[in-house]
Amino acid sequence: MALYDVIFYLFATIVLVSAGGVVFSRKMMYSAFSLLFTFFGVSGLYVLLSADFIAVTQIMVYVGGILVLIIFGVMLTTKITGVDIKSGTLGAFQMGIAGLASLAIAVFMIIMSMNTQWMQKDPLAETSTTVEAIGGLLFTEYLLAFGVAAILLLVAFIGAALIARRK
Amino acid sequence: MLESIPLEYYLGLSAIIFAIGAVGVMTRKNAIIIFMSIELMLNAVNLTFISISSFFGNTGGPIFVLFVMAVAAAEAAVGLAIVLALFRLKKTVYVDEVNTLKW
Amino acid sequence: MEQNFVYDLIGENLIGYVIVAAMPLMFVLVYALVAILGELKISAWIQERLGPMRTGWKGVLQPIAEVVKLLQKEDITPANVNKPLFNVAPFIMFTGAYAAYAVIPFSSVFVPSGINIGLFYVFAVSAFAIIGIVMGGWASNNKYSLLGAMRAAAQMISYEIPIAIAILAVATLAGSLDMQEIIKQQAGGIWNWFLFGGTGSIAKVWVIPFTFALFLIYFIGSLAETNRVPFDIPEGESEIVAGYHTEYSGMKFAMFFFAEYSNMFVVSAIITILFLGGWQSPFGDFMNGPVWQSIWFISKAMFFVFVQIWLRWTLPRLRVDQLMYVTWKVMLPVAFVAFFAVAFWAMIK
Repeated sequence: MALYDVIFYLFATIVLVSAGGVVFSRKMMYSAFSLLFTFFGVSGLYVLLSADFIAVTQIMVYVGGILVLIIFGVMLTTKITGVDIKSGTLGAFQMGIAGLASLAIAVFMIIMSMNTQWMQKDPLAETSTTVEAIGGLLFTEYLLAFGVAAILLLVAFIGAALIARRK
Repeated sequence: MLESIPLEYYLGLSAIIFAIGAVGVMTRKNAIIIFMSIELMLNAVNLTFISISSFFGNTGGPIFVLFVMAVAAAEAAVGLAIVLALFRLKKTVYVDEVNTLKW
Repeated sequence: MEQNFVYDLIGENLIGYVIVAAMPLMFVLVYALVAILGELKISAWIQERLGPMRTGWKGVLQPIAEVVKLLQKEDITPANVNKPLFNVAPFIMFTGAYAAYAVIPFSSVFVPSGINIGLFYVFAVSAFAIIGIVMGGWASNNKYSLLGAMRAAAQMISYEIPIAIAILAVATLAGSLDMQEIIKQQAGGIWNWFLFGGTGSIAKVWVIPFTFALFLIYFIGSLAETNRVPFDIPEGESEIVAGYHTEYSGMKFAMFFFAEYSNMFVVSAIITILFLGGWQSPFGDFMNGPVWQSIWFISKAMFFVFVQIWLRWTLPRLRVDQLMYVTWKVMLPVAFVAFFAVAFWAMIK
């Protein structure tokens, strides 16, 4: 499947370039909008992995929720009040150490995944990541976690409103 | 759809995304950018979950990813509320300027 | 993919994919011209004018003239805007609007991509419109644009909640998120449409008020989602010039405009699918062939486009606080009650 490969590399490039944009761009707004492309690219990879429900949830939660919140956060803390839009980084020495450490993490994880003997199962055989399967599991095996997540969201919602409101 | 991209490629990609996010968390000073980098790292982890569960036909991965997303949403709401409160109080979102608890 | 006649004709290959992806675009281009003409003519009739009369017979070529005018205009990028974001924003906006067409079934034999979570997908991609608007508004470096963008984001996020509940209710009733499946369950004439509670015995009459309420909630919410009157607060001329697209001109303005019109069709199509049987003929099996189906579908959806235009020239604009009052204190509780009623019906049915 040549088309599959092309699409994978396309989305991988989108994700990597935009992730770099999030971390290394000078302007905060560019970071925020790069994040849009990262989320989109990761969602595309989910589709390639035939996890379409998770892909759509990714768009819904991250793009429709978290990214909008982040953009509001950027706008409320920078331009309107006149604080500079540039965001600071550390000096070159600390940057170098952080870069090396992260590179070490990445290299370590890649080597680890390459050297692992993965189970030999048919790729994507009967992947039951359909909505029905996920829904069934959520309301049987993971019901407690589901309830806890709902309570967490409610508490976070109330707490956020309480913290962010003007006195 | 049978695939020609092996599992290791997906895992390597998510490792690189994770590392990029880690660089952001370690080097940037702006709280919101740190926040975005954390979201990157969470996405990398989610990608790992999905790729492994999709290659081995396991439904636990998507479920876990759903919970990660729920927690990420809660984290985004509370985190940004804290950043806003901080900005209102100290007129800064730079984490190195918030040093009242440091001695 | 068996739901797609194009793949039957030329096979499931790259050319087939491109043709399938481009077919809704052709439709949207033609539809946008019709909708622009409709907007001009309907506004004229409502205001007892004649509207455009000079281009072509009774002015039917006016939309083409308007499009040519927009394309010929100089593409101005104001000096102090943030150029990359300013240029990208209209395209993101249109991507979001067009992405929804991927799952809209025009007929039983044509749906660009028959994924089984179509309804959820349509709901999710509307998020791109918010990002596009905020991006354009922020990059314009203009206080009116920024205000318009903030208002649009707040409004669209708020109205997503009642819309989500309305969608959820229909999904509960149908037991599926697949649009084709939802439509198939409404077979057999008007009385079986989800507006009238779906299929079932005569005992379903008690649920009809609730499905009607959900229908109205979805329709009102979709007006807010597409920033149409009475919810055009983000672009209210009398307050903030033109909102988020104040600084746009020429081609890029046309993209925003085009995205708004294609969004109008998307929400109308979703209403049609959810409550009015999609491509099902209102007379059961009579006139229910594949071509008839697309005619029924498009005419039902165009009716709601007409209603949107009609409302635009009839109603005044809401204030921001009224907007928030309507969504959080009126629509949300009503939607919850209706959702529980419909879920109860789906359970005992």
